Amino acid sequence: MRKILASLLLVSAATATAQDSPENLPELVGGSVRSSQTIAVPAMPAAQGASEALGRQIAEVIASDLRSTGAFTPLGPNGIGGYSVAQATSPAYGEWRGAGAGALVSGYVEARPDGRITVACLLHDVTAGRQLASQGFTVAAADWRRAAHKCADTVYARLTGEGAFLDTRIVYVAETGPKTNRVKRIALMDSDGTNLRYLTAGKSTVTTPRFSPSGNQLVYTGTLARKPRVFVFDVATGAERLLVPGGAITFAPRFSPDGRQIVFSWAQGGNTDIFVVGANGGSPTRLTSAPGADTSPSFSPDGRRIVFESERSGTQQLYVMGADGAGQRRISFGGGRSASPAWSPKGNLIAFTRIGGGGFRIGVMDPSGGGERLLTNAWQDEGPSWAPNGQFVLFHRTQQGSGNGTLHAVPVTGGAPRRMPTPQGGSDPSWSPLNN
Amino acid sequence: MRKSLTFGVAAMALTITACGRKEPPATTLPPSTEVPADASGAAPGDVELTELPAMQADLVAKAGSDTVYFGTDEFLIDAQSKATLAAQAKWMLANPNVRASIEGHADERGTREYNMALGERRANAARDFLLSQGVPTSRLLVTSWGKERPVATGSDESAWAQNRRAVTVVVR
Repeated sequence: MRKILASLLLVSAATATAQDSPENLPELVGGSVRSSQTIAVPAMPAAQGASEALGRQIAEVIASDLRSTGAFTPLGPNGIGGYSVAQATSPAYGEWRGAGAGALVSGYVEARPDGRITVACLLHDVTAGRQLASQGFTVAAADWRRAAHKCADTVYARLTGEGAFLDTRIVYVAETGPKTNRVKRIALMDSDGTNLRYLTAGKSTVTTPRFSPSGNQLVYTGTLARKPRVFVFDVATGAERLLVPGGAITFAPRFSPDGRQIVFSWAQGGNTDIFVVGANGGSPTRLTSAPGADTSPSFSPDGRRIVFESERSGTQQLYVMGADGAGQRRISFGGGRSASPAWSPKGNLIAFTRIGGGGFRIGVMDPSGGGERLLTNAWQDEGPSWAPNGQFVLFHRTQQGSGNGTLHAVPVTGGAPRRMPTPQGGSDPSWSPLNN
Repeated sequence: MRKSLTFGVAAMALTITACGRKEPPATTLPPSTEVPADASGAAPGDVELTELPAMQADLVAKAGSDTVYFGTDEFLIDAQSKATLAAQAKWMLANPNVRASIEGHADERGTREYNMALGERRANAARDFLLSQGVPTSRLLVTSWGKERPVATGSDESAWAQNRRAVTVVVR
């Protein structure tokens, strides 16, 4: 039986490669996914003492990750058959075609003598009957989810042509309690909502946490002596320090792309301006001095420019300046007010909050201010931040009345926002860079 | 060709959930380095303040109110606010051993960071008026809570009007 299958596969593989270019899967054109790609994700077999249950769990995480991108229709692992370790590298393509899959993720899990595990991850073009990618990931056993996310990233990147973004974390402000007495804590989770932990105890108001480019630190706005204060926080140790000592009212912090500086707002004497300071300390340098509120600064990915919000014209609008503060000019002219900009890691777009019509909506525009598109439509959507591949915008949605917040991610190409799973209310979400 | 990527990932506290049990509850780090009230070596302005509830009640009783209110997106001290602040100034001068933290707030219809700035602008305006009434500057602190601490819960004009305010908080 195996010999017949093998020869059938050879024949179909030969004809498939004659018809299809190796880069083309059905439904994928030019590296961008137009409609949803069906992809089989069976439970991975276990080798060398790994547990079978783990192989199934890994497949579940991969399937869930791929579904969350909006670009895939995963089949399995429930309801579809498995395979042996040997078949991971030589799948029965005909059977997967019969199951309706255009692509297949196969692999295996093996337990190593030092207590770590290795996850083999292979991507196949089922239609053409050929392997497209193959990688192995070795992790501590407790970090098996990281291997699954990295496998899903390999699949996603290879089939869509976009950068990886699934092996990441999200930091946000977890909110509990009544509207007039909210307890706010900084929370950290994997991008699929698992591995949730709280980084602050909730005794003081915290807002807008954001990652350093290394992913090892956060900046956020906390409270000290009843004032908003920017803190720099070490994720691994929990140690933190004040960015600007001496009673300064500071907020809206962000790291520069090289991690060496932090840009932020400083309010004094009834005016709020943007300053920049070394990430390890030093004297802040003033970048703006206009009357009114200048806030929400965000660096371009090349570190040369900063987009920010200013009301110097009379209403909140977006401005771009050099990283040294030179050449400040307005870029938002699309109507209403524009606030809380965030520059995409790809550099091609700026996400922002559009204020008008009694509410807030998330939008994107070119760095020159053209090409405005609104991506959401609810009562109050605000505070955009970007996935590291520039394909998804994360934001929080506030419910009218209760003031309860939920976190959502919307594809930059358009489409319905997806709720990010949190056990309680949340706001100010921010996406980490790819995990190391 | 198989490529192996090895991670130097820090060990995590979770156990392998290989048998499909629910994830363990979220772990909480020990409290971070919150500055204690008697932090020696802390810069001025970085030492925690102590509220004085009995003095606060006395301020409200004698001055009529510890709060002034603002129009939408505004920081103007109107006539009513001036009267209230003038009475607060008299109380401050009669009680020289305390300070006041003038705290500005905004309603929920502004974005988070803009509202932080607006709160500071409101508090600063109230502080300026108290200064004009003779309260020494060393006794007045300014801060902003943005939209983080509403007193009224509705999403309606009445609630928003109550939340656009500057509160004079008596502190040591």
